Amino acid sequence: MIDASGGPQTVALLGGTSEIGLAIVERLAGLDSAAQRVRAAGPVEVATVAFDAAATGTHDKMVDDLFSGGDLDVVVLAFGVLGDQAGMLADPDRAVELAEVNYVGGLSVGLRVAARLRAQGHGRLVVLSSVAADRARRSNFVYGSSKAGLDAFAQGLSDELWGTGVGVVLVRPGFVRTPMTAGLDEAPFATGPEQVAQAVERALRQRHQVVYVPSVLRLVMSGVRHLPRAAMRRLDL
Amino acid sequence: MSADRDVVAAPSLLSGWGRTAPSAGWLRTPSRRAEVVELLRSHQDRGVVARGLGRSYGDPAQNAGGTVLSTAALDQIIELDPRAGTVRVEPGVPLARLVPTLLESGWFVPVTPGTRHVSMGGALAADVHGKNHHRDGSIGRHVRSLTLALADGTVRDVGPDGSADDRALFWGTLGGMGLTGVVLEATVSVLPVTSSVMLVRNEPAADLDALIAGLVEAERHRYSVAWIDCTGPARRPFRGIVSMGDHADASDCAGAAGSRRSASWSAGGSGAHLGVPAHLPPGLLNRITAKAFNEAWYRAGTLTRGSGLEPASRFFYPLDGVADWNRLYGPDGLVQYQCVVPDEGTLRQVLEILWAAKAPVLLGVLKRLGAGNPGPLSFALAGWTLAVDLPAGAAGLMALLDRVDDVVAEAAGRVYLAKDSRMRPEHLAAFYPDLDRWHALRDRVDPDRLFQSDQSRRLGL
Repeated sequence: MIDASGGPQTVALLGGTSEIGLAIVERLAGLDSAAQRVRAAGPVEVATVAFDAAATGTHDKMVDDLFSGGDLDVVVLAFGVLGDQAGMLADPDRAVELAEVNYVGGLSVGLRVAARLRAQGHGRLVVLSSVAADRARRSNFVYGSSKAGLDAFAQGLSDELWGTGVGVVLVRPGFVRTPMTAGLDEAPFATGPEQVAQAVERALRQRHQVVYVPSVLRLVMSGVRHLPRAAMRRLDL
Repeated sequence: MSADRDVVAAPSLLSGWGRTAPSAGWLRTPSRRAEVVELLRSHQDRGVVARGLGRSYGDPAQNAGGTVLSTAALDQIIELDPRAGTVRVEPGVPLARLVPTLLESGWFVPVTPGTRHVSMGGALAADVHGKNHHRDGSIGRHVRSLTLALADGTVRDVGPDGSADDRALFWGTLGGMGLTGVVLEATVSVLPVTSSVMLVRNEPAADLDALIAGLVEAERHRYSVAWIDCTGPARRPFRGIVSMGDHADASDCAGAAGSRRSASWSAGGSGAHLGVPAHLPPGLLNRITAKAFNEAWYRAGTLTRGSGLEPASRFFYPLDGVADWNRLYGPDGLVQYQCVVPDEGTLRQVLEILWAAKAPVLLGVLKRLGAGNPGPLSFALAGWTLAVDLPAGAAGLMALLDRVDDVVAEAAGRVYLAKDSRMRPEHLAAFYPDLDRWHALRDRVDPDRLFQSDQSRRLGL
């Protein structure tokens, strides 16, 4: 069960190779605090289930497996691919594959997990979106469009679940230094997985529904959303 | 259930008084005992827990995805027996109705917590204590018998003088947080009084030594408690005000005062003069406002020191004067941390930790407790109990309270389940050394764990 500060006892991470996802789980498990390390408490238990975000036909069984051990307090949807925009423009099939993971996969798993959380009467679904969902940018609009779909889905799901004891935390990070972005030029306000994890922990504690990481991006993106198209083109973000 | 009104279409979002971690459960409100039994007999996937007025701070009276049995319609004061000095009540009877009813006939409840907005069922499930614990113990000591609806659909009467089996169920239920059965009826001893007025004395104490000495001295009185400032200045942290009282004799009240004041009880209502808006922004209560409030409270206390007559309602339930005061904590909610420690040294240690961490304690309450009772999950034990209200959204609060828990566990103290919304399961056995005995009882009377709450799931109760 979730405690008074939104701290969970059980967490499921979908996208177990996601640096951000792993950082969130570590944070929620309290592994970052020295006090927790010396505690005589039992070790954090980790169980894994096979998961392919794009193989939606397997999701029923995957979600069954996920909940086979009992209630889940927090489920983190952290899977996603960035794709190589130039490559996807040349080969649209690769763009479709990206959308199948980022958007279709999120939709498929999100709805199934939400139904389970609703039945157990409590829980939080953490959805990793991106500032790229806020405004299409020339340099990564294929990725951005997939996150925009996921983002709109999560917003609506949050309202759908209002009053059921289940909450959705929608996370919109800016540029995060992870293996997914290795080798890319850093965008302004670049951040790390630990900062994202910290923001998620705080959002659970204070029951926020949408969080930007770093938080200044809320203001920045509010400006960017209103930039004229011509300016967006010329800025070449 | 057969009655149509009991068929509910959607689960209700429920939380405790702290408004933290709400969850959705299927709320049912049986109005007859047979309906309770029927409800327990029908198969429940995620179990059942009874809920009174929802005044426990955390999650013991909610059951995510399961059934929540409201006792609101089982609210009869069945009989006051003046010869035996007992009252028979149903679980949904609120103290706000029981106390004035008893006063009209010259009786008072044997034990009352700091709010009148609790149900008798909830008071028994938490084995509540009051300002008179040092001489009268917790409410369990005054219970003559309980009628319980059990998980197997049977109804059983148990008391403190029955067979070993009965006694185990009786004491396991007092403090058992509703996990042994549903109380259908309780017979409780009541206290004869000759007025509804209290003879009260308030004494400010400039530091912790004075406060401790004052509380020890105050044990001469039937009721004693102290407000403690945990946000005080470094040169003299932990100042406070010791408050003590006794039921006034009719002669103390010189006629008019007593009768006029008793009228305020029979007027009914919640007793609240002030309210709090439904929606307040988070963060209103922080270190700065907590310090300011405590400073003001202390000054007010030094101005109103001395003795006088006070209506029982104001003496016992000062916070009931502000309706919905929990809303002051905003959407994040509040945590009340209450522990009891056997010795003064540990008390000082706990206070120092909270003070050093700059915990934004708005309200702190300190009291001496007398000996405990045989209830394996009953909270009270001889020593000092400290209760502090904290904003649940404060950063690092859980880690801080975990540290305090370590100190309390080390000293063989305990943390109160009725206030709990964040305890780590690994601390539970340290706080309640008879936990195994209680689990053995639960294995006997509820092997399939029909009775479940969010708290029982969180703590593995």
